[in-house]
Amino acid sequence: MAVRTLIAVPAQARRGEVVPIRATIQHVMESGFRPDGQGRTLPRDIVTRFECRLDGQLVFAADLYPAVAANPYLSFVLRAERSGQLAFSWSGDNGFSHGESRPFVVA
Amino acid sequence: MSALQRRSLLAGGALALTLRPLQAQKPSQDSALDTAIRAWAGGVTPRDGRVAFEVAALVDNGNAVPITVRVDSPMTEADHVREIVIFNERNPLRDVLRCQLTPANGRAEVGARIRLATSQQLAALARLSDGSVWQQRVDVLVTLAACIES
Repeated sequence: MAVRTLIAVPAQARRGEVVPIRATIQHVMESGFRPDGQGRTLPRDIVTRFECRLDGQLVFAADLYPAVAANPYLSFVLRAERSGQLAFSWSGDNGFSHGESRPFVVA
Repeated sequence: MSALQRRSLLAGGALALTLRPLQAQKPSQDSALDTAIRAWAGGVTPRDGRVAFEVAALVDNGNAVPITVRVDSPMTEADHVREIVIFNERNPLRDVLRCQLTPANGRAEVGARIRLATSQQLAALARLSDGSVWQQRVDVLVTLAACIES
């Protein structure tokens, strides 16, 4: 099943500018605390880790817990120093793993 | 039983009565939220300030509550925010989100959407590169709780 992501990176940034980066991934984030129709607790299935790297260098990361809403959305900022490739990766329960990359253009 | 023994027993009972309220207060002051924060802070006492925790005071839908945390920091190699974490008071688990920041961020700012099971207190904390820990706590009212529907 294809995983849908929504990533917002400015098309271009001026050197020294601090720009917003936003990333959302389609995921149920089943908390492990909700009962199903029969009263059985649905097993936990969440994204546990998000990482953003610029040309391999870690710039931002997050550990997620069941209290993060479904289709986890994270926003942070980045100071534009040099152009490069931004790699976004998510991993989680049941072997979940997904990666995306976007160009980061610094004028 | 001699009169003297009875007297000392009575005195002991009176002493226990006066002590009990003091002992009973201790665990209630030290909430689960405080315990989680202390475990994360690792011996550093969080100070109020520098952290700005933005969340609506009245939440209509606890399933997706937008939050923003900003920390007053120059984000240089020498002085930056290493970690921003969110804890809650009354969800099934105290942890919500733990973010690791770097000087490359340029500004200490994180946004997310979280779940809230009920009206409660939330805490946003930041650990700086000098080891200091800062916090802001907010109380939120939740009208539609997360986690109840199947």
